[in-house]
Amino acid sequence: MTSPTIPIRPESQKSGAFEYICTRKDELIGWARKFSLFPYPFVTACCGMEFMSVSATPYDTDRFGAALPRFTPRQSDLLMVVGTITHKQAPVLLKVWEQMCEPKWVLAFGVCATSGGFYNNYAAVQGIDRIIPVDVYVPGCPPRPEMVIDGIMKLQEKIAGQQHLIVNDRF
Amino acid sequence: MSALFDRIREALAPKVGESSVEHGTLVLRIEPQALAEVVGALKDQFRFDLFSDVTAIDWLGSEPRFEVVWHFYSTMHRLRVRIKARVSEAEPVVGTLTGMYGAAHYMERECHEMYGIVFAGNPDLRPILLYEGFEGHPLRKDYPKEREQPLVPYRAGFEMPNGE
Repeated sequence: MTSPTIPIRPESQKSGAFEYICTRKDELIGWARKFSLFPYPFVTACCGMEFMSVSATPYDTDRFGAALPRFTPRQSDLLMVVGTITHKQAPVLLKVWEQMCEPKWVLAFGVCATSGGFYNNYAAVQGIDRIIPVDVYVPGCPPRPEMVIDGIMKLQEKIAGQQHLIVNDRF
Repeated sequence: MSALFDRIREALAPKVGESSVEHGTLVLRIEPQALAEVVGALKDQFRFDLFSDVTAIDWLGSEPRFEVVWHFYSTMHRLRVRIKARVSEAEPVVGTLTGMYGAAHYMERECHEMYGIVFAGNPDLRPILLYEGFEGHPLRKDYPKEREQPLVPYRAGFEMPNGE
């Protein structure tokens, strides 16, 4: 029991107190994180207009804490892929995703990012989940702002229900 | 309008096969070898100073297979001319217009990657919209519609196309 760092799970004692504290901790951190999403808009196509609409005053993603777009992936934790991703662009998207710090989430904005949409041809990637893991898909061409807000709320629910490890096997 | 077109036809008569006026545009069908001379005359003599586009049509199954199409506009006369030339699949070569029009550089690069037309004399025919290593010419009719050539490996659970 002389671990150099905080033990993630005690190995022998099963009193339940540690687990209880962890659930409280996850709830607290999840609550904090779900209201402080820093989106990075990876805007490639016409869905960008809808992104502007949803982030501007009438719909206002600020109400969900997803207000301040960071223009570097290193400062953001929500990657919003807005628009068609082509095979030529896929390495760029992958690099942007790899540059984001943990914890990070991905929202596929619009049907092109979700599945390629009607671009079933030599150029378009048939959904960004072939390249990076996606948490929430928002279909639509383009999606209504209400759909995007619904997607953000779904993501908030997901974040609130997640485990938020402070110490993991890599750190 | 037609007066100028008649003069063009008259001046270029030995070089031009068929010609017609379609939707207010003069259409000239030429042999690929006559391109430089015809375009030179259009530019210098008839003031067609704007090179709008060069593209191609793939008439799969007929011979010669490809038809290269150039469009020119005259800002002075406000008229358009379209030039068409057929080239074969075995030797899809036409001359370049980069010496006459700077805009030809990019447009010929695009036509080259999409159809595989070779513009002899263009100094830089690297892909412009596609990426290095792309195989084939996607706007040819025999390019498989759903063939993908990904640059990054797909995640687990998604099969790479072509079993790569």
